[in-house]
Parts: sequence; structure tokens; C-alpha cells
Amino acid sequence: MSFLLPCPNCGPRPVEEFSCAGEVTVRPKERPTLRELATYIYFRKNVAGVQREWWFHRLGCELWFQAERDTRTNDVLLTELVEPAVRQES
Amino acid sequence: MRLPQQLGERIDRQRRVTFSFDGRRVEAFEGDTIGSALYAAGQRVFSRSFKYHRPRGLLCCSGSCPNCMMKVDDVPNVRVCAEPVREGADVRPQNVFGSLDRDLLSAVDKFGGPFTPVGFYYRTMIRPRWAWPYYESFLRRVAGLGHVHKHGRRSGRYDVEHRRAEVLVVGGGRSGREAAARHAADGKQVVLVDENPYLEIDEGDFEVITPGRALGIWEGGLVPVDAGRILYRFRAEHIVVATGAIEQPLVFPGNDLVGVMLPDAVRRLVDDWAIKPGKRAVVVTADEGGREAADRLRRAGVELAGVFDLRRERIREIAARGRKGRVRSVELDGFRLKCDLLVMSGGRQPAYSLLAQAGARIEYDDERGVFLPVEIPDGVEAVGAAAGDGISTAIPAATYNGAAGKDKCFACICEDVTDKDLKRAIAEGFDSIELAKRYTTVTMGPCQGRFCQVPSIRVYGRESESDLGRIGTTTARPPWTPVELGLLAGRTHEPAQRTSIHHRHEELGAKMMWTGTWRRPHSYGDPEAEVQAVHGAVGIIDVSTLGKLIVTGPQAAEFLERLYPNRFADMKIGRIRYAVLGTDAGRIMDDGTIARLDDETFYVTTTSTGANAVLEWFEWWNAVWGMDVEIVNVTGALAAVNVAGPRARELMARLTDLEVSNEALAYLDAKHGRVAGIPSLILRIGFVGELGYELHFASPYGEYLWDTVLRRGEDLGIRPFGLEPQRILRLEKMHILVGQDTDSESNALEANMPWIVKFDKDDFVGKWALEHVRERGPRELLVGFEMENGRVPLEGAQVVLQERRPAGRVTSARWSRELHRVIGMAWVPAEVAKEGTVFYVTVNGGFDKATVRLRPFFDPEGERLRS
Repeated sequence: MSFLLPCPNCGPRPVEEFSCAGEVTVRPKERPTLRELATYIYFRKNVAGVQREWWFHRLGCELWFQAERDTRTNDVLLTELVEPAVRQES
Repeated sequence: MRLPQQLGERIDRQRRVTFSFDGRRVEAFEGDTIGSALYAAGQRVFSRSFKYHRPRGLLCCSGSCPNCMMKVDDVPNVRVCAEPVREGADVRPQNVFGSLDRDLLSAVDKFGGPFTPVGFYYRTMIRPRWAWPYYESFLRRVAGLGHVHKHGRRSGRYDVEHRRAEVLVVGGGRSGREAAARHAADGKQVVLVDENPYLEIDEGDFEVITPGRALGIWEGGLVPVDAGRILYRFRAEHIVVATGAIEQPLVFPGNDLVGVMLPDAVRRLVDDWAIKPGKRAVVVTADEGGREAADRLRRAGVELAGVFDLRRERIREIAARGRKGRVRSVELDGFRLKCDLLVMSGGRQPAYSLLAQAGARIEYDDERGVFLPVEIPDGVEAVGAAAGDGISTAIPAATYNGAAGKDKCFACICEDVTDKDLKRAIAEGFDSIELAKRYTTVTMGPCQGRFCQVPSIRVYGRESESDLGRIGTTTARPPWTPVELGLLAGRTHEPAQRTSIHHRHEELGAKMMWTGTWRRPHSYGDPEAEVQAVHGAVGIIDVSTLGKLIVTGPQAAEFLERLYPNRFADMKIGRIRYAVLGTDAGRIMDDGTIARLDDETFYVTTTSTGANAVLEWFEWWNAVWGMDVEIVNVTGALAAVNVAGPRARELMARLTDLEVSNEALAYLDAKHGRVAGIPSLILRIGFVGELGYELHFASPYGEYLWDTVLRRGEDLGIRPFGLEPQRILRLEKMHILVGQDTDSESNALEANMPWIVKFDKDDFVGKWALEHVRERGPRELLVGFEMENGRVPLEGAQVVLQERRPAGRVTSARWSRELHRVIGMAWVPAEVAKEGTVFYVTVNGGFDKATVRLRPFFDPEGERLRS
């Protein structure tokens, strides 16, 4: 793991500057059943291929963003801010 | 014994250097390596081999093979042929039992043959099973390389430096230099590294680092370069691999005898160091390299007994014979020639390892008889011999059988793997080269396949009667060159965070301790007296390490409502709530206080070690929800102290103009005001169970405020207190310590704080999981307990019920002088969690009686907090 990750704010940086929160999950909208809850909390698709995941520029601008990364090659296809989090004033 | 001055020789004959070798003095010239100086002084045996303890001498003279590894100034496995001489260096042989010339363990070579085939140790030494540790310790002692002192000190300081290059050129040969100049001319920032410390390049438009060994190519263009005491972690946009080609040894019986050399070794000995390599030489070569060596030897006055070019002459059998491990003659198809130097060359193989690591495919070139890198990935460029340029071997060198009765025939000199071992591996069914590598350890030694990859594949091809292209190569893995572990570890850095009051703690004689990365006072010498000061008068503690976040914006209240199980929407401005942060699995992450400063602004404190995780957590949920909230981390900007004790109000009245009566500044009130003239946020909270005020203010005022509070409180009996008294005080109040009393499985309900959780809220992080816990009922609960006989159990001690079955664990336990009891917290089964229930705790191997307590041990009604 030594690939470069383009932070939407700072540009390409070594991956050690970031922390990864794993693949993007969807929080249930309504009260889930116990099984649904366990699936949401514990189960991940863990694909061998392109997956969308959360990254945090921990040793940089402290920005959360999402990346599409091929888990087999570590090729980062894109990184972007999550839509609603884009602040208007800045 | 040196030759007359050679054109371009590296040694400076005016400057002498002396070092010691195995206790003897050796004279050398500046410009010598330890190896060349020893060779000039007549030393021929440089090491003993890995397994058979056969004598070995200089083979490559380029710092690649294992033959000249020695211990230099206590550093093992130094290749002395490439190590520059240093005045006073202490050089010793390694892996030797006796001396280099008489090694007792060379008996393994003579008699061990039938008993020590490849893999013998995990075939013959596994029975009886209990004896393996003895076998293992014996094998480890007799086999292998140098030894590191178990209690040795670090051999020096190492550092890591992060560097960037637009173009990084690995290798300073002709094509490497040309590539560097070409890219520099294009306006690129170019760095060239080469392992040769003597390389002379005019630094023009590019930077040169020598010696600098590229250890590998990782993704993202990461190339660590070993420059001796410093590891450069290069990030390169473009990498030029100009690693050249490596002369290959021939495989024939006796090919490891002392005096058998590669042409490049001859070149270095004669040209660089003006040393006559031998008296009478034979050259056997499959390429031009051997012929050049022959010319060179002739010039140096060495008698040439014969030069055999395998491209023209079909020689069916070659065997070197020696005495005491040194070559005496060579037999070519039965024709015997006396010699003390045998130069062999099996052609040059492109050094493709770095390219293979970068993702290139390695393909066999039938015509030239070498493996070549193809499909070189983007951002990487191969130039010169590494790419196959100028590699001209027309006939791939044959390998020769170690025929019956003759000497061993080595495919790999690092690990002492013979052609017989490879045959055996094939016979046993290890029919792919990757499996054979793991079984025989061929290519796994210090040369990293430089001298054994191609020969072993050739032996393999011959024995399995398959073509080399189909066999392929083994995977090239970093490091390409052996590297000192110290260099990979770098210098040890222990980042420490200190509060702005740190030096005052030291002056007051505090015993400092680590909490996460923070340095904090454990106590100021007498924890019990410090506790008594807080109970009886007033104490002060530095809590600057608490995480401090400002959450502000139109949706700040809603944001916190959704994050915490607590309620905030109804909070009045200027009020404070204790809050527990949880995950969607219902687990406790952190705790702290939250004060509402105005309609849209909340001041959140976190635990000292949880600050970063909480900030990350807040920012993440804000990214998910996209609410109109700003989160500002003011942990470092603000210092904080807690002033607590029955006389705290009296002291505060002296320090501030603010009305501090119980009506004006009530329990859980937050107010801005000046304390000792410093603008502060005053939080009246029950941190340690007594009347207390937590003051948050700008860090630079830390020492001033600390000093002022201590001075003004002197007549009241104020004392600073540390973390240990704080733990006792908080335990007396049954305040939990997140991470100590809770773990990654604890939730707020079972940690016995049901009043925190507001199930009537629409939603909050962890609601569903906590609802589930509520429905199934608690399984275990966090309770207080007191010990009957006054012994203090260890934290982590087992809770045992009547049936003597482990049923829980102690998380905190302390002797409280105030209460004259041993008190603690423990996780116990839900049915035990009733006031007055008795359970047992393991103490010193026995079982001591403990009684459950559900209400705070001290001031259960909280009257003192509110007074």
C-alpha cells in the first residue's frame, strides 16, 4: 500500500496521510430488523474490483471524501466530495 | 603486492590506511575496499559457505554475491569487496568455527553429503518431536550468515527522508547518465542514484546520490533508496531503470572453489586496485566479457594457460579441481590444465528485478539466451543493458553435470544449493520453479537471485527437458539489495504532547506518565494527600489534554441530537450536560461534557485520548448528513484546569468579578468571565465529585493562571493533584473511565447509565442497537463493589460466583482513605447486579468476598456537588 490518492482539496498525496473508513454503506432509513441492523453494521461486500469508499485526509486538510478504487490494483478511478457536504460559502 | 600504476586506478598510493583483520594489521591505500586490501595482502579465503562451510573467495567483486561477507565493526554481513577501507576498522570473519582456513564444520562438506540433502532438517530432524528445539538451536548456530549481538547496541543512527523527483534514474552507467541528461534537458528535475560509492559523474543538470541502492519499486512510484545511514523514500513521477546486466556464473563441478571468478572481478582487481589476481589463469567464457578479461590478465602479467570460448568450442564437460578449497586445475573434456585462477562467464543477464516489481513481464529470449523485461508499465522506462541492449550471447551457456565422484556443482552459492538438490526437488514433484524455489531456497539468499536465478532455471530446463520460456522466472520481490533493519525502522520518534503548564508540573516534582501521546502528572508525590486536599480544602488539576470542539451553526443542536443518545434541543443557554458518544452498534466511544454557549453554539469536551477519533467521527457524520454545522477543534488552542474542593468557591471569588454564589453560578452552569484577568469559560461540573469549576482559556496563559490560582489559594490549603488521585476521586463517585471501565463491547445501558439514552427521540446513532439491548434485557452490568477484607484486586481480576465459575471482571479498584475501604468497578452478570449481592474476586490466587454497590460510594446524593 503505497499508492497516491488525490485529495479533492490538496491533490495527490501518499496514502499514509489518509485514513480509510472502508466501503460506503447505507444507513437504514427506517428502523431495521435485527438482521438488517447486523448486516448494516458488520457485513461488507468486500469486492475484488472497483469499490466506493470513504477516506479522511487525516494528516492534511481533515476532509472526508469518497474514492472509487480498484481493490485489486489500487488504481484510484476518482475522488470527490460527497454532494450534500459541499459548502456554499467557501 | 601491487602492479605498477594502472591507468585510472582508484587507489591513492600516497595515503595509507590501516585496519585490523581477525586481529592482524592490514595495510591498505585510500581508495581500496576492505576486500581489495585483503586480496592484495594475500588473503584468498574470505568466508565459509552457508551450509557446507566450504571456503569461498572473491567472485564478483561488486558487492553482490555472498562470498566476502564479514563482520565490520560489529555489523554482520558486510560485503567487504565493496566496503571502503576505514582507518582502524575491526574486520572479522563470520560463520566460522575455528578460522577461515581451518573451519571445523567443513566436515559437513566431506562427510555430510548423503545426510544433508535439501530439506533434510524438516525430514530427518522431526523425530522425536520434542527434540526439535535442540536441533533448531544447533542448526541456527552452524548454518547461515553473521550473528547480531543479542544485547548489542544500535550500530548508529538512521533516518528517513521523504523526497520527490520528477525523474528518478536508477543506475549511473552510460545509459543511466544519458537518460538523466536527456530528461534534464527537457527541463525535468532529475535525481540519479547508483550503488557505487566511487562513481564519478559531473553533476550538471541533475542530482547524483552515491552510494544509493534502490531497494524496490512500489506502487505510486515509491522507490526507497538506501544511502547508508539514510533511507530516501523517493516518490518519482517517472522512473528510469538503468541497472545494467549481471555476469552469470557457469554451473560445473567445483564452480565455487576459491580462485573461480567472474570477469568483472578481474577488471576491478586489475584496473581499480592494481592487483594481480593470480599467477596462471584459465578463461572459460560464453561472451565477450571473458575475452576482455583474458586481455586484461595478459597485460597484468598473468600467465594464460588457456582461453575457451564456448560460442566456438563445444566443451562437454568442465570440472574444477582444488585442494583445501582452492582451485588447482581445471579439466575440460578430460584435458587438464593447471591454474590458480579460473575466470568463468556464462553471459550477461539484464538486471530486470526492479522492472518486474514495477509490473513488467519477464520473457525468455531464445536467440540471446536471456530473460528480458517486456510490457514495461507507464511511468517506468528501461534503458541500456537492463532493457537488453548490447546483450549478445548467441548460445546460452550450457550447464555441466556434477558427474559421479567429482566435486559439488553449485546452482546457488548463497544457500549452497547444488544441481543435485534441484534434481531431487524435481524428482519429488516440485515441478514448477516457484515451488522448487521454496523447497530448495534457491534465489532466496543475499544475492537475491543475481547469480542463481538464471543458472537454476537452466539446470531446471535441462533436467525437466522443458524450454526455459515455459519454466519462467520466480517472482522478484523487494528488497533488491539486502538492507539493514535499522534503516527500515528509521530513527525512533516518540512524539509527546505537552500542555502549556508542563514545566510547572516538573518544577513541582510531578511524576509524569503517558496517556496516549500526552505527558501528564501521575501525582506530585503523595496521591492520598492530594485526594485529601480535594475532599478537605481545594485542589487543582491540569486538564488541558481534554479534547475541545466547538460545534456551531443553525443545525448544531440537531447535529448533536442525532449523534448522541442524550437530548440537547431543550438545553438552555449556559447549561451543561454529561454526554456519552456511541456508535450504531450501540458501543460507547467516548464521553464528556457539552455546554450550550448560545443558540447555535455548543462547546464539546472529549476524553484526552479520544479527541482525534471524536473529531474524525463528527466530521464524517457531517459529511454524510451534510448539515449546516461547522466543527472547530480547539484542543490545542485552549488550556484547562479544574479547581475542586469545598473551598473552591472561596478561591474563585478571589479570582473573578463574576458572581460565584450557588444561585448565580449553579451546578452545571457555564459562563464566560475573567479569571485572574484571563478571559475564560467557566464550567461548573462535578469532575471529581466535589464542588468544582473547570476553567478553559487560551493556552499561552497556562502557567500564569496556574501560578495565580496556586498563590491565591495557598492559605486555603490548595494542592495540585495528578491523574492517580483523580482516579481515586472519580472512582469514589462511580464515574466511569471510558476505555478503562468500558471496552469495545460496552453500551450505555449495560454500563448502567440508562438515564443517558432518550429512546423517545426520532433517531440517533446507536438507537436501534440500544433498543435491541433494552428488549433482550441486559446480560452483564457495570457495577460498583467494595471488598470485605480490604485487599486490592488487580484490574482485570476475575469475578467469580458461588459455583466458582468466572462470571465477570474487575475494571478498576483502589484503596480509598476517605472511605476506609477498597472500592472498585466490575462487570457482573445482570442477576448479580443488585445492591448488596455478594460475589468473589480473585486476589493472589484466592477468592475474596466483594459486595455490589449501585450508588456512588461518596456523597451518593451529590449534595457536595450542588452545594
